[in-house]
Amino acid sequence: MTLMATLRLALQALVRNKARSLLTMLGIVIGVAAVIVTVAIGAGARSSVQSSIAGLGANLIVVQPGSVTQGGARTGFGGASSLTPADGMAIAQLPDVAAVSPLVTLRTQVVAGGNNWQTIVNGVAPTYTFIRDWPLAQGTFFTQSDVTASAKVAVLGQTVVSQLFPDGNSPVGQTALIKGVPFTVIGVLAAKGQSGTGQDQDDTILIPYSSAMERLTGLTTVNQLMVSAATADSVDAVQAEVTKLLQTRHRIVPPENNDFQVRNLQSIAAAASSTGAVMEFLLAGVAAVSLIVGGIGIMNIMMVSVTERTREIGLRMAVGARSGTILQQFLAEAIVLSTIGGLIGVVLGVLGTSGVALLAKWPTTIPPIWIALSVGFSALVGIFFGYYPARKAANLNPIEALRFE
Amino acid sequence: MSESAVPVVRVERLRKIYTMGEDRVIALGGVDLTIEPGEFLSVMGPSGSGKSTFMQIIGLLDQPTDGTYYFEGKDASNLTPDERADIRSRRLGFVFQSYNLLSRTSAVENVELPMLYAGIPEEERRRIALEKMEIVGIAQLAKHAPNQMSGGQQQRVAIARSLVNNPGLILADEPTGALDTKTSNDVMRLFKQLNNDLGMTIMVVTHELDVAKNARRIVSFRDGLIVSDKPNEQLVGVA
Repeated sequence: MTLMATLRLALQALVRNKARSLLTMLGIVIGVAAVIVTVAIGAGARSSVQSSIAGLGANLIVVQPGSVTQGGARTGFGGASSLTPADGMAIAQLPDVAAVSPLVTLRTQVVAGGNNWQTIVNGVAPTYTFIRDWPLAQGTFFTQSDVTASAKVAVLGQTVVSQLFPDGNSPVGQTALIKGVPFTVIGVLAAKGQSGTGQDQDDTILIPYSSAMERLTGLTTVNQLMVSAATADSVDAVQAEVTKLLQTRHRIVPPENNDFQVRNLQSIAAAASSTGAVMEFLLAGVAAVSLIVGGIGIMNIMMVSVTERTREIGLRMAVGARSGTILQQFLAEAIVLSTIGGLIGVVLGVLGTSGVALLAKWPTTIPPIWIALSVGFSALVGIFFGYYPARKAANLNPIEALRFE
Repeated sequence: MSESAVPVVRVERLRKIYTMGEDRVIALGGVDLTIEPGEFLSVMGPSGSGKSTFMQIIGLLDQPTDGTYYFEGKDASNLTPDERADIRSRRLGFVFQSYNLLSRTSAVENVELPMLYAGIPEEERRRIALEKMEIVGIAQLAKHAPNQMSGGQQQRVAIARSLVNNPGLILADEPTGALDTKTSNDVMRLFKQLNNDLGMTIMVVTHELDVAKNARRIVSFRDGLIVSDKPNEQLVGVA
């Protein structure tokens, strides 16, 4: 018999016992649907974490001051006052470094017009917009000559604009008092949204780092150096180069005494994706177990079916079915059963996923490979668990099968 | 008849011995028989006489322990299960006491069943099935399921099913065993018609003399041997 004829025959046999076929499929249906929904939620969470990491900047390496011990108390990273803009300039000379920006951070009150607002003021270099991949919405960004002159110019984030200039007029050209010092607003950043940790990234003001140091903090050190590697592949090499350079500049031996710390965001991304990989591995395990349970259900019902249809099998053999044909037919029934179950499971899983996305407002993505994988695995389950009952049917003796009561 | 030179069935010293543990049961103890094309014979005997075993071997459902069996001139004593299945599919028709129709399957689909395994295309299967149902007089029941039919009608479906491959031999195992006398007579009359009008070769296995008497030749089994093989006297004059 042709493949089509065998499949048609299998389908007919299953339709003849609709209720039982549906109940038999249920294990596979639920298994596959559960897999699709959990994978969709997991993948959704993962991709939102990854996109927020990507939002932090391209190939970013962060250099922070290290910890110092003061009177027996260790300050934690960032406690030491060891990084200077000169360190940043030296790093910028390294090969494969695309851009460097110091970061001087302070939280302070800002006044403009009749409004005031506490926000984070970041003193940065003009390269900052490139490092953070953060375009302007209006006006211009400050330049290297503004840095050299410690100019009193500021670029506002969207949240600050809406708090200080609620009337909708462009803030460009207006004056804002930062910690009592008047700065001229020369630009507005495009909206960036929340960071991966839930902070409002638009609640910020950018000014030249030199202005921040001289006019606001009065310090000669910076909080951070942000380094952008030329390519994703060079991140590790640049990280090592930066470490070596700073050890030389800060005259540090042995390396355990580093007064700085160099981190790259790829390690954060790798940690996030390895968490995701563990989760997917667990899901695959759950999927395998539920599909195997479904498969055992199929085997169980197929065994009952073979016993019940013993006379039918005997008759089919008497009128000329080879035992191989009988094997094929029962195997086809198991495969059709499990594959249809898998397809129904996918449909329910997709519906369930959009339900979760709609009701719980969770980000979800269904990787197409999982749809193919779960349907394929269902078919495999059918072959594996259908084989034994099918062989039992094929090995029946036609004479005894015909006499079977 | 062009095939008259080759007998449909020729068995020589056919033996079948079942071994059950220590016991050896001789089901057939050396049977010789020839069935010519166009014959209508009945095989009689009490239960345990070996008639069912004989039918199973003739029907290629079972193999003899020894002896030779030629089916349509070809040695069929030592075939593989698949070879026997192929001959059953193309050259043999079976009718059983309990009809053995597939439930929840229309009459016409039941009749088509053997052609499925003989690899006949779908449209042709339907045409041939309806043609055979017409012959046995149940064409109007084509769409009915077996549970909507009387015993006699079901057995006619089974007979139509046995005809679809134009078999060289129809084997009927107690075909009237589940039927009342009147229906039983109708079914046997149908076999006679198939034999007379279409020249079908038919072997009916039964333990009832009334049924056996419909055939033109009566072969009696007892204890695994043929004890008598003669033309049906009642019919000799008529035929």
